[in-house]
Amino acid sequence: METATFPGNYYSLEAIRNFYKSGAEQAGLDEKAVYEVQLAVDEAASNIIDHAYGGENLGKIECSYRASNGELEIIIRDFGKPFDPGLVNSPDLQKNLNNRKVRGLGLHFMNSLMDSVEFSFNGHGGNILTMVKSHASQLNCI
Amino acid sequence: MDIEKSELKRCVLLTPHGRIDSATAPELQKEINETTEEGNYKLVLDFSDVDFISSAGLWVLVNAQKKCKRFNRGEVVLANVPERIHDALDLAGFIPYFKMFEDSTTAVGSF
Repeated sequence: METATFPGNYYSLEAIRNFYKSGAEQAGLDEKAVYEVQLAVDEAASNIIDHAYGGENLGKIECSYRASNGELEIIIRDFGKPFDPGLVNSPDLQKNLNNRKVRGLGLHFMNSLMDSVEFSFNGHGGNILTMVKSHASQLNCI
Repeated sequence: MDIEKSELKRCVLLTPHGRIDSATAPELQKEINETTEEGNYKLVLDFSDVDFISSAGLWVLVNAQKKCKRFNRGEVVLANVPERIHDALDLAGFIPYFKMFEDSTTAVGSF
């Protein structure tokens, strides 16, 4: 298990993407899947900063991964407000331009790009997000 | 993030370089705002040197499109969209909102 801790600000996003890029490459994922992992973790970390902490530099983001042959398990932990994915409305992708609302895309991206996405909240242990990406690309399935 | 800006006869060509995430999206937003405040609502965004875009960056594009299309005064069109960026636009359901061109010359010529 590889672990690294990053300050909860937008300038950490590139470092977080690169940390998981290494993991995805170690797991032997193809180039497209590596990119999808980077996009999913960017959205996850951005959501933590924006919603769990409610702003930049208000807490840390603990990132871990386990890379095995063809599979990457990602664990991202924060110590902000509890997150309940059931309270986030799915974006209506059919709406016309003027009715599209900002919000809700990050979780949609994570769910679409990864094989599994699970959230748990452990009181003082914070929010724990576990995502798994295996060899096959998800976008081909849409 | 470095953003090149070329004011052409019929439109403005913006060429951002690098990644567009929550850290850099405000810089693109600022450049677009300055361009529209100058009265330019016909914009070409050349993505040839953009290697990453998150939903934060995609919202900048959508908000720019809303602003430019208002009162039929203009439009944002995209050029040189890499496959991964196209995939992200598709995943967000944003493909119908933008005309896309294979190169910036054709995009500029569309105005």
